[in-house]
Amino acid sequence: MNPTHPLRMGGVIFDNSSLEYFCKFKSMRASLRSQFSDLAPALLFILPGLALLATFIIIPMLYSLRISFYDWNIIRPELSEWEGLQNYIQALQDPIFRRAVINTLAYTLVTVPAQMILGLIVAILLNQQIRGKAGFRVIYYLPVITSWVIVSLLFEYMFSGQAGLVNYVLHDLLHITRENIRWLADPILTFVPIDLLGIWKGVGWTAIIYLAGLQGIPQHLYEAAEVDGATPFQRFRYVTLPLLRPTLVFLLVFLTIGGLNAYTSNLLITNGGDPLDLTHFVLTLMYEATFTRLDFGMGAAISYLLTIFVFLISIFQIRLLRMRTEL
Amino acid sequence: MGSHSHRVSSRWLTYGLLFLGAAFVAIPFWYMLVTSLKPQSYIFEIPPKLWPEQATLDNYTSALGRENFAIYFLNSLFVAVAATGSTMLISSLLAYAFARLKFPGKEILFYLFLLGTMIPPVMLIIPQFIIAKTITAATGGVLRLLDSLLGLIVVYVTMNLSMQTFLLRGFFEGIPRDLEDAAFIDGASRWMIFRKIILPLSRPGLAVVAISTFLYSWEEFPWAHVAIKETTRRTLPIAIALYQSAHLTQWGQVFAASIVALVPVVIVFVIFQRYFIRGIATTGLKG
Repeated sequence: MNPTHPLRMGGVIFDNSSLEYFCKFKSMRASLRSQFSDLAPALLFILPGLALLATFIIIPMLYSLRISFYDWNIIRPELSEWEGLQNYIQALQDPIFRRAVINTLAYTLVTVPAQMILGLIVAILLNQQIRGKAGFRVIYYLPVITSWVIVSLLFEYMFSGQAGLVNYVLHDLLHITRENIRWLADPILTFVPIDLLGIWKGVGWTAIIYLAGLQGIPQHLYEAAEVDGATPFQRFRYVTLPLLRPTLVFLLVFLTIGGLNAYTSNLLITNGGDPLDLTHFVLTLMYEATFTRLDFGMGAAISYLLTIFVFLISIFQIRLLRMRTEL
Repeated sequence: MGSHSHRVSSRWLTYGLLFLGAAFVAIPFWYMLVTSLKPQSYIFEIPPKLWPEQATLDNYTSALGRENFAIYFLNSLFVAVAATGSTMLISSLLAYAFARLKFPGKEILFYLFLLGTMIPPVMLIIPQFIIAKTITAATGGVLRLLDSLLGLIVVYVTMNLSMQTFLLRGFFEGIPRDLEDAAFIDGASRWMIFRKIILPLSRPGLAVVAISTFLYSWEEFPWAHVAIKETTRRTLPIAIALYQSAHLTQWGQVFAASIVALVPVVIVFVIFQRYFIRGIATTGLKG
């Protein structure tokens, strides 16, 4: 309540204390009324959002679970055959699926730590008194706001085998490689552009989240540490890192979820698994099973396997890091 | 003295590292711009040049002139604006209910929406496709959700709803209750309070919702890729991806189209970056 502005109501000027009295009176009345008092307006406020949530998230989730137990017939669903866990078992035994899991895990294990480390460095640099901060922020954030489609095509072009920029720099300029590398034709090397793209596109976002965390650390802690003669590294190790822990947990969980759900870059750069279905991510394989082979049951089973895995990993990470804080 | 020179050198190190990182980030964009200005015969020139020797706008005229590019651009714009407006409205209604109203089942609903922030979006694509197909068939095509911009809009709104609701709920809770109580005593309805007090005071929060929903809808690929088959309904990400696979080596035109698609996003971002970065930090950490 703003004490300098008495409120005028019905020609009477209420000062602070009478208003406070009124508020108390009102809230007493409010608590006397049952909790159903807001039901009618609440319905109006909630209904549009709830309808969308139910139609496009909750029902689809349940529906997908059901489909995953069937050999689903997309044209005539009533002819679908119950298969129990068959889709799940088949997926887990499929070497292409296993390869996709390994590819996805490798991508996550490379891109998540890289983004976390580079993002932290950028955030610490940007958190100092420097000129052109806004400009740097825009540049570092540019990849984040650019569509995955555009940056995937861009990396595909830069890593092209014959005359790509990357081959030119590595071979002709720096003489690191003896010949032009055919990045996109090799089932392992093709992950170099895909992983680099994941890191390049994500560092800006990671840095912004770190910046928010860094700005929440009270300045006097650094001053106290400096008075006590702590070196910059010690200040980082004993002030910054411990106080950034919530941010670190958050980033680790979110980036891991993002990594495991990587999709567009792989789909465009490998054309969905080229060569020989060796380069799939879990989700591009799901897309292929569903919309190329029209095996909707298998697609749904794959998406549930991924979701369960993501869920377990997230819980594990949160638990692990929480435990360490308590110790 | 020693400490002073140490400070100066660490300052140089800071700028050096920042410029190095900025170069790594910016060079691909620069290369895209340069390539879009090169004539087709120079696309695979050796050595690749970071400066166009014969700059031409040919790629822009042919990319923009052909294959419904204007339609794709307008489709994207329409979808992004409609999804943004609807998300702002619906999520602020929800946020108000969660921040201020008392009703049975509030907690369960809250967790239901929280679930909405945690589901990986791509996992929903198959069932969303089937639901959209079912709704389209059940209404005899009146409510057309496949091969239609409406189908994109409703899904984009839903996918953004939970996150934006939590963001706005935080903003609404920060508004002093006294204002509302006073209006309540004056006989204002919930709706009046929402419109005349809450919304005007939450402009920064609404700006964040607007920007992040716009960016999301402008760039979304996976759902549009599945839901849109008809040429004239494509949005820019679909058009650009398909364009590349149809004209394999016409990189100049692909990147000309990409640059044009990128312009609105960059403009929106540069203008609103203060709000946006604050919003990223809050949605991020509160989600």
